[in-house]
Amino acid sequence: MRRVQTLAGACVLALVVAACGTTSESGGNGDGGGAGGGGGGATTGAGFTPPDVPMKKELGPMEDQINILAWPGYAEDGTNDPTVDWVTPFEKQTGCQANVKYFGTSDEAVNLMKTGEYDVVSASGDASLRLIASGDVAPVNTDLIPNYADVYDFLKDRDWNSVGGQMYGVPHGYGANLLMWRTDVVKPAPQSWEAVFEADSPYAGKITAYDSPIYIADAALYLMNSQPDLGIKNPYALDEKQLAAAVDVLTTQRENISEYWSDYLKEVQAFTTGDSVLGTTWQVIVNVAQDEKVPVDAVLPPEGSTGWSDTWMVAADSQHSNCAYAWLDHIISPKANAAVAEYFGESPANGKACALTVDKGFCDTYHAGDADYAAKLWYWTTPIEQCLDGRTDVQCTDYGRWTQAWTEVKG
Amino acid sequence: MLHRNPRLRLGLLLTPPVLWLGVAYLGALGALFLTSLWGQNSFTGEIERTWTLDNFRTLFTVEVYRTITVRTLLVAGLVTVVDALIAFPIALYMAKVARPWAQRWLVIAVLMPLWASYLVKAYAWRGMLSEEGLVAWVAAPFGLGSPGYGLPATIVTLAYLWLPYMILPIYAGLERLPDSLLEASADLGAGTAHTLRRVVLPMAFPAVVAGSIFTFSLSMGDYIAVRIVGGASQLLGNVVYDNVGAANNLPFAAAVATVPVVVMLAYLAAARRTGALENL
Repeated sequence: MRRVQTLAGACVLALVVAACGTTSESGGNGDGGGAGGGGGGATTGAGFTPPDVPMKKELGPMEDQINILAWPGYAEDGTNDPTVDWVTPFEKQTGCQANVKYFGTSDEAVNLMKTGEYDVVSASGDASLRLIASGDVAPVNTDLIPNYADVYDFLKDRDWNSVGGQMYGVPHGYGANLLMWRTDVVKPAPQSWEAVFEADSPYAGKITAYDSPIYIADAALYLMNSQPDLGIKNPYALDEKQLAAAVDVLTTQRENISEYWSDYLKEVQAFTTGDSVLGTTWQVIVNVAQDEKVPVDAVLPPEGSTGWSDTWMVAADSQHSNCAYAWLDHIISPKANAAVAEYFGESPANGKACALTVDKGFCDTYHAGDADYAAKLWYWTTPIEQCLDGRTDVQCTDYGRWTQAWTEVKG
Repeated sequence: MLHRNPRLRLGLLLTPPVLWLGVAYLGALGALFLTSLWGQNSFTGEIERTWTLDNFRTLFTVEVYRTITVRTLLVAGLVTVVDALIAFPIALYMAKVARPWAQRWLVIAVLMPLWASYLVKAYAWRGMLSEEGLVAWVAAPFGLGSPGYGLPATIVTLAYLWLPYMILPIYAGLERLPDSLLEASADLGAGTAHTLRRVVLPMAFPAVVAGSIFTFSLSMGDYIAVRIVGGASQLLGNVVYDNVGAANNLPFAAAVATVPVVVMLAYLAAARRTGALENL
């Protein structure tokens, strides 16, 4: 009898362990979503010729459905919040039944696009070029997208969404990583990234930073101004020596870090409780924190910042390409672009969207259409061995190397 | 036909579980090890199926991975010790002191936290350990503060999460300890402390080791609690997660993931010598 009891006990334990494993996994996914939320970026097209994928010449009749691959929050159909819905109007208007799949990281997006099951994808700069290079996405005929004309000019024909003057998608929106601080603790207000990188900070132990290898670029950007001798021209093109310098800056900073963040709600909470008082942030986080009456303020330091810029792309072998073009046109239409920009907390790509936001000051808050502001941003890019700043006499460090360096920084 | 063919019967009965064990379990481990011997294209992120030991070379030569491995082992070990120290008195009370009806309720009470989501519990600790949290509030009158986020917070949180896995095996082990032994010990003149040390502990030791297999292995693989309450620290699980999620470097992630597997194999081999595996 005892044996049976013990055995049953073991089974209960085994079941519980299994159940617990599942919980952890879903937790991991949620976490990934948070981590990838701001993934974006740019890279120059140097170093590769895209495969010859035919471009759509004219529109035909709508298919009956479309498979959308998107960042969380980019294709809302009202299930999360009944007032947040720009998918249903699209379905009614075009007759294309939308099937939405969210992804958590740029790598996941690239892998899912390789299955060929999706028609459109919202690709960040670090995913877009890889998709173009592997022939998974087709050039986009912008003449077939009426709303494209209203997109800000400074977003068109950029390194991360076109190759050789040919657009591979439509710009969706962009945002910047800002410097945020608790106004009741941090005095005087910080003016430069120096505040988070200086060794003997008065706020040691209360500084936060973004938990991703791509944050190395923030340190590189800081070095661009503080140590011009290093010759960093692009924070995403670092040779071994420059990377080592950036890692030094981050290792010094590590002593002062309370915690790294990748889930944006976690950062809001850390600033609310005062566990963090100074660090890098996104505009949406500032808004959420201020809504909760947390005394915080944020600034884009004069030396510029890193940021993201996303692009909607069409799969090379899309079975529903007419619906796909209709979606591209819809998502940058003033109304939908305003809704998605306001929901996610970024600047819209279509200037006309600014008249349609719920919060009338929205576009001012996010500096939409401000080309000078946008020029200060270094959009997130996957670093590759071919130096993105055009140097050919030296090999640059790739993202795998950055990941290892980031692990070493955290120690 | 099944009547007359005991071998066929046995074969049919055993095939599905053996397949499950072989393919889904050992097969996955094998695939993990194979993947760790491959390389990766840095631009497209695609796996290159050429045999290489580079991943293991990086793992062993770059110092930070050794540091992280040692740290992970320390955390898992401390969590196990803390759990054993807390669980033993509770299990002893449940098995030997509490009345039968109370025993049943205590078992339910121990199992109850397992019904709540892991994340909820981890975030609850995040709230409690924050600057203005419960821990800081309780410690304030004594002139202390919250330990803040970091490794101590991680150990506390993990010890809380895995405590039931330690209590239950010890409870089951102690329940099997005949009361007559305790009486005999008392009759021979041993005091309570003496009986505990010379009779109960040696007999419960395999059960403690059995429980430690759970707490140790679960702590070895954890990466979520440390992200929530660990501040800036990282464990082996985070390295795996970062390499899968951020860098898309599956081969290296697989190489890192073999470390806990090897550690656990060694741990199980050691545990087997104590007879703990019969206690599971």
